[in-house]
Amino acid sequence: MKVIYILWLRQIKRYLRSRPRVIGSLAQPVLYLVAMGMGFGPIYKQAGEGSYLQFLAPGIIAMSLLFTSLFAGIEIIWDRQFGFLKETLVAPVSRWEIMLGRTLGGATVATVQGMLVLAIATLIGFRLPQPTQVIMALPIMLLIALFFTSLGTAIASRLEDMQGFQLIMNFLIMPIFFLSGALFPLKELPASLGVVTRLNPLSYGVDGLRTTLTGAAHFGLSTDLLVLGSATTVVLALGSYLFSKIQI
Amino acid sequence: MIKVTNLTKKFKDFTAVDNISFAVTKGEVFAFLGPNGAGKTTTIKILTTLLQPTSGQVRVNDYDPLTQQDETRHSFGIVFQDPSLDEELTAWENLEFHGVLYGVPKAIRRQRIDEMLKLVELEDRRDSLVKTFSGGMKRRLEIARGLLHHPKIMFLDEPTLGLDPQTRNHLWNHLRHLNQEEGITIFFTTHYIEEAAKIAQRVAIIDHGQIVAQGTPTELIAQTRTDSLEQAFLNLTGRDIRSEEVNGVDRMRMHHRLRH
Repeated sequence: MKVIYILWLRQIKRYLRSRPRVIGSLAQPVLYLVAMGMGFGPIYKQAGEGSYLQFLAPGIIAMSLLFTSLFAGIEIIWDRQFGFLKETLVAPVSRWEIMLGRTLGGATVATVQGMLVLAIATLIGFRLPQPTQVIMALPIMLLIALFFTSLGTAIASRLEDMQGFQLIMNFLIMPIFFLSGALFPLKELPASLGVVTRLNPLSYGVDGLRTTLTGAAHFGLSTDLLVLGSATTVVLALGSYLFSKIQI
Repeated sequence: MIKVTNLTKKFKDFTAVDNISFAVTKGEVFAFLGPNGAGKTTTIKILTTLLQPTSGQVRVNDYDPLTQQDETRHSFGIVFQDPSLDEELTAWENLEFHGVLYGVPKAIRRQRIDEMLKLVELEDRRDSLVKTFSGGMKRRLEIARGLLHHPKIMFLDEPTLGLDPQTRNHLWNHLRHLNQEEGITIFFTTHYIEEAAKIAQRVAIIDHGQIVAQGTPTELIAQTRTDSLEQAFLNLTGRDIRSEEVNGVDRMRMHHRLRH
């Protein structure tokens, strides 16, 4: 337990100490909220769908969770390159403890980041029907963050350096984001796109956030929780397995 | 304290360590020398549970690194060839982190951290981030960290690489002191042969994965009919310049090193 805690604490300390990172990773969601939220607002309203910002904000929170947590997982590559990973791997602790501590730390950081984006969204004009709904959204944020931190860990366990990073960015992160319903409603989509979005775990995360924060559901909260929960379990197990196979 | 019998490590079709045997007794200072790519680091990785041997027997503090990982890991401290500190944490936090990982109880841990920081003369920098440290200070902190859980054996893989003569001298004085006062067994590699000549009680020379000679520095000099350990080393390993296969991680390290 102590080992998991100290690894968790390390992630939190590193996050709090890198102000540029905090600010940098908030800039992008803010830009999306302002430019798209306000830019597409009028046309969305004309289509009879109400406020676009109200629709978009949960999607952008999910985006921020996706980016922050996947990067937190991939950070293992840096630990490997700058040697710190070796310090943890020769210590008399099991690898799953190391993996779990890191992952929980990364997921916590991402969730904090998600809450910050939510706070900024309300400043811009996003309205929570009831403030208590934040408490409902929190577990969903944590699940999304856990899923993608574990996924990042799994990927990073198989990579030697940052060379493959562009590939991950363009062929994994961006498609996951754009095909998740974060930016557009999932109903009445062309069939092929509908299938892809249904296979994307983030779709359920976005839907879960939208349901808890605004009350508008597509899949329904129980489906969201079931899919996210099982996907997280699978990828956490996979991440632990691949992490345990790392050779230095 | 360390016993290696017929150890072999193969990576696909490349044999990094080829049927080597040696022993290090308790309280000894043992130097493991060899050109680049000779198999030194691979051997250390096997001794320290980071790699699994292809064949052969290894004992560290009477434990088998393969089957008794945790016991083995408690037995040694290590300073890796490359820095392995978290630069975003302070000196104190790096030690605290290590103490928790090794299960040192809180009260003892706090006390030992103070002692260790004093020992390596970093107590006034305890709350500074490690990224503000010089190469020598980082090395000292790594030695303090390696000693924090009171290991029986200290592994040092090229601990003085890239340090100035003053810092190197200082480091070896520390280590010699630890060896004499605390009786810690020291196993180290270096490219500075004169360091090995001065500090090591016994030396093994490894080349192309095989041990080509071992004994006290005086014995090796006599055996090769040369007048220094460096000459003996060159006699035994030849004068060709070795190339080491460079992978992505090494490239990054070089880049990192050049920038700092």
